[in-house]
Amino acid sequence: MPDLPQKPLPDGQGEGFRVSTASPIDKLVGMIDVLPGGTVILSSVEQVLNWGRSSSLWALGFGLACCAIEMMAAAAGRFDMDRIGTFFRGTPRQADLIIVSGRCTIKMAPIVRRLYEQIPEPKYVISMGSCATCGGPFYYDNYSILKGIDTIIPVDVYVPGCPPRPEALYEGILKLQEKIKKEPFLRRRAGVVPA
Amino acid sequence: MALRTEELILNLGPQHPSTHGVLRMILTLDGENILEVEPDIGYLHSSVEKMMEYRTYVQSVSLADRGMDYLAALANEEALLRAVETLGKIEVPPRAQWLRVIFLEFQRIASHLVWLGTWGADLGATTMFLWCFREREQVLDLFEKSTGGRLHHVYFRPGGVYEDIPDGWVEQALAFCEEFPGHIAEYEGLFTANPIFEVRTKGVGVLPKDVAMNMGACGPVARASGIAFDVRTAFPYEKYAEVEFDIPVQQAGDCFARYQVRVEEMRQSVRIIQQCIAKLPPGEIRAPKVPITLRLPKGEVYTRTESPRGDLGVFLVSEGEEHPYRVKIRAPAFSNLYALSEIMRGWKIADVIAILGSTDIVLSDVDR
Ligand code: SF4
Repeated sequence: MPDLPQKPLPDGQGEGFRVSTASPIDKLVGMIDVLPGGTVILSSVEQVLNWGRSSSLWALGFGLACCAIEMMAAAAGRFDMDRIGTFFRGTPRQADLIIVSGRCTIKMAPIVRRLYEQIPEPKYVISMGSCATCGGPFYYDNYSILKGIDTIIPVDVYVPGCPPRPEALYEGILKLQEKIKKEPFLRRRAGVVPA
Repeated sequence: MALRTEELILNLGPQHPSTHGVLRMILTLDGENILEVEPDIGYLHSSVEKMMEYRTYVQSVSLADRGMDYLAALANEEALLRAVETLGKIEVPPRAQWLRVIFLEFQRIASHLVWLGTWGADLGATTMFLWCFREREQVLDLFEKSTGGRLHHVYFRPGGVYEDIPDGWVEQALAFCEEFPGHIAEYEGLFTANPIFEVRTKGVGVLPKDVAMNMGACGPVARASGIAFDVRTAFPYEKYAEVEFDIPVQQAGDCFARYQVRVEEMRQSVRIIQQCIAKLPPGEIRAPKVPITLRLPKGEVYTRTESPRGDLGVFLVSEGEEHPYRVKIRAPAFSNLYALSEIMRGWKIADVIAILGSTDIVLSDVDR
């Protein structure tokens, strides 16, 4: 066991505990302590769960328009989205994340809504591109495009751009991971934190 | 007692990984056999034709990128600007014309690579997807260096192109042309002699020549059915009359023939680019005195260009204002989709995926 900085317990009881500094678990793990019989890692279950959930966001393989091509490019060889644990599934039942990539027409809106509802909880939405965010270049003088996907489903992260580069989509997913890591996932379920 | 059977109606799409966008196909099935196919389109109707009526011609260029076939943005710009320049009698300087041909052919390669990759993924060959996107990124790098955009460029302007190519671009482009035929051979090694691929595509989805003609099929789909027609040679525009290239034609009309035609087209594009770069003259890249709020004279014009998907036509009516009175886009993917849904009857469900993929539809082009 590495030599870790010691912190005294409050009220001066006991010997104190060791604070983990080993990256990247140091942010996740509360403390590491030596008990008779071995080393244990103490952390909250919620933090471990959130860490796991955020690192394997499976996205729904669903493209709407031009932005979907950049989404495909992000998944292909050069950008390789599998590295951050995101890859595409063919059905909403296996997905955690829907990336709304592109402009959504009024005819398509009920289908996007249904796809969102088919994803099991907990689920997240990334709005990719200006069209999905607000209508983008199709905002004015247009009768067929929805002015923003957030009029029908709740959005967690907006990725701007027309189309956003694959790096921008990456940034969006990483931001979503940060958000998931901070979620009071179990506490909300237990009713400690209001939903 | 006879077993009771009944027809089954199956919805394919609009969210399905192999419909290449938001196409809905209503299939009537008898077991696995297709009795009836009805494509339901309009899930990506972006009303660009209407929007262009409220935009100046320069603004419309950016709409043509996005609202039409988004895999071939430069081909759309060319189609729109050909109409504008023909009606306005704007002379494009020679250097700009050569540059346009170079970019159009790079666009064709990029678009065909997306097609090949996604079709491969449909048929279960994920390697093809990864390989094609690898080479496509190189083309996109070239685009990015000169136009600033990977997908949407807004590079062609009335009377020329926006900017000259940067230093070192030509060398990079030539290096790509040197290397790329080797990659095409790699793709062929993966597909052409692959028995699984042959079983899934050879003799599948045969589009007879007369049906192709009657349904207005165009581009590689028509050429795979024995119709030797290409706008680039039939009605040459820009500098296509001054370069040498072959129009690949196949007689079989099946999915395999469509694959062969497109792969050969990529080789020919490389040939065109090499010739263009050799002939690229110095000089102006934009016609002088083309105002930003360009007013076209009263009149109407129909021009056609060869986009990666086929015969892309633009009908433009001007009332002498700074925006068009009406723009009508003749989309190649639309007629190809209907030509092929005509012949899907009698095949199995799995073949529908192969046939649909071989059409190379882009729903943004179908719906506009
Ligand atoms: S934001 Fe731009 S690239 Fe994305 S779908 Fe809209 S028009 Fe296409």
